[in-house]
Amino acid sequence: MKIIVCLKQVPVKDSLLKIKDDETWVHEDDLSYEINESDHYALETALRLKEEHGGEVVILTMGADRVREAIKQGLAKGAERAIHINNESFTTIDSNINAKILAAAIKTEQPDLILTGLQTDDYGSAQTGVILAEYLGLPHAGIVMEIQKQEGSIKVKRELESGWFQSVELPMPALLTIQSGINQLRYATIKGIMMAKKKEIKQPTLSDLGLSESDVAPGSSSLKFQKIYVPKKTKQTQFFEGDPKDIASQLVDKLRNEAKVF
Amino acid sequence: MSLDILVVAEQRDGELNRSTLEAVVAAQNLGKDLGGKEIGLLVLGQNVSDLASELTSKGVNEVLLAEHDKIADYTPGGYAAAVKQIVENENPTYVLFSHTYMVRDYAPKLTTSMQKPLLSDCVRYVMDGGNPVFTRQVFQGKVDADFVLEGDGPHFVSFQVGAFNADNLDTGTSGSVRNADISMDDVEIRTKVLEIFEGVKQEVDLSKAERIVSVGRGIKKEENLELMRDLAGVLDAEISASRPVCDDGWLPLDRQVGSSGQTVSPKLYFAVGISGAIQHIVGMKNSGAIVAINKDPHAPIFDIADYAVVGDLFEVIPAVIAELKG
Ligand SMILES: Cc1cc2nc3c(=O)[nH]c(=O)nc-3n(C[C@H](O)[C@H](O)[C@H](O)COP(=O)(O)OP(=O)(O)OC[C@H]3O[C@@H](n4cnc5c(N)ncnc54)[C@H](O)[C@@H]3O)c2cc1C
Repeated sequence: MKIIVCLKQVPVKDSLLKIKDDETWVHEDDLSYEINESDHYALETALRLKEEHGGEVVILTMGADRVREAIKQGLAKGAERAIHINNESFTTIDSNINAKILAAAIKTEQPDLILTGLQTDDYGSAQTGVILAEYLGLPHAGIVMEIQKQEGSIKVKRELESGWFQSVELPMPALLTIQSGINQLRYATIKGIMMAKKKEIKQPTLSDLGLSESDVAPGSSSLKFQKIYVPKKTKQTQFFEGDPKDIASQLVDKLRNEAKVF
Repeated sequence: MSLDILVVAEQRDGELNRSTLEAVVAAQNLGKDLGGKEIGLLVLGQNVSDLASELTSKGVNEVLLAEHDKIADYTPGGYAAAVKQIVENENPTYVLFSHTYMVRDYAPKLTTSMQKPLLSDCVRYVMDGGNPVFTRQVFQGKVDADFVLEGDGPHFVSFQVGAFNADNLDTGTSGSVRNADISMDDVEIRTKVLEIFEGVKQEVDLSKAERIVSVGRGIKKEENLELMRDLAGVLDAEISASRPVCDDGWLPLDRQVGSSGQTVSPKLYFAVGISGAIQHIVGMKNSGAIVAINKDPHAPIFDIADYAVVGDLFEVIPAVIAELKG
């Protein structure tokens, strides 16, 4: 079974974000990056399926040079090879464009299964995987928490709200968007890290993928990004400051005498 | 009648998802702001005509009813194909959804099949020069981003659950049901629905708890749960958690609060090391007093907290326990 996993690198979770003066995005120079959480689980899921059923895992990612770090991590954990579409300019907030490029790269590979995370921790549109399936003409299932491979098909457990689930069966090839927590992530071993150095990382250009700059120009969409900013607070919040002992006494006093919670 | 705004309702077994009414409120507001627009509410499924009739009293001009056995159970292929036909026939300027798990699963497919973008998970809109500017959150709620939709439409927008309050529904208008014809002959449903079931047996019912100490990934290690148990002990509180804490098996799944877990509304919700992602907030925002302890001043949990401490939980919590033991 050939499995493609789409990975995106995003700023690490606890990053202190600073918005640029022109409000177009956050300052990226001083950020550190990591593999997007649910993508990480997608990778783990792919590796487990391969270990159980045989085949290969191919990492697919877009972005600037820094994303090689994510690729190396994935290869060290056990993926066989990677495709890196290296260009900063077209990783945009428009999921359609991102999906179009990913789709072009996937078409050259003819995988049996494509796994993506269910949403990114930066843009958070939660759309790329589903759009990708549509561009590829494949069936998909979203928010997946369990996968069982069968003969020519897969059975998956999808998460619904409030602790409910749906189980569905899909013919392969198919695309699944993976939910965080589907399994426990592994660590790369020293041996894995050594072996990763020899693994192939292809870097196709847009024209290798049969796309032109105009195909991926953000201008063509009716959706226009305007600006980002720090959210306005809507609730009156009392903040307590000082040393921990002062904070504790103020807080407990408020809970006891103002909020009257005990 | 020509509809300007179409809201897509969500139902399972004929039961309406409550967030549909929030999307209707969004449509009513937008309709007013755009100068009095006709609103339609689309009900999809099989044997859902009773629900459609009920919905005529919810302040929309028309309820469209689309029934077919290929959409009896939800599948992304069936729903995307059905809604596409209806949007093409009705040609509304806006198509609105509540951003539920189901909408996440099929709406991007639908809009892509119509060569349109989906502006997903918006938290509000404001009018600017006669046009709405929509806001959605990025970086898990730490930053807001504004977008506009240019051109003629149809424009597809989904709103975060809780972005509009269903209590504000204006039921002044009453509509009638119209059958929307759909032809599903050429639509191949590739997803086979096997069953819908409840996950873990809920051993604890947190919805009745008066006080809750809720812990997030900020506690770093399972061992640190002890400190949180101490806090819960002195507060006579139940303990709950954000999703990653349950995913890692530090606490059982039935202690998870949020859109995939339980919904709680205790007198006191004491959130420790929880960032406040929307999927967590929907499960606890109706709590009485909300306390948040977090080292990141921009953590979105502070937006809904009544009492807040920006600081290291490992310093603050022991002091709070000591004070309570007093
Ligand atoms: C479809 C879907 C369903 C979901 N369902 C749920 C759900 O039901 N419930 C749920 O909770 N989540 C759910 N999530 C996940 C949600 O999006 C968040 O990822 C999750 O809530 C984050 O948990 P957290 O706040 O504990 O972790 P993080 O977001 O990692 O936050 C940890 C926080 O701890 C703080 N911190 C770290 N160290 C310290 C310290 N020493 N002192 C003080 N503060 C510290 C950090 O500043 C940070 O804000 C769902 C997501 C999706 C996509």
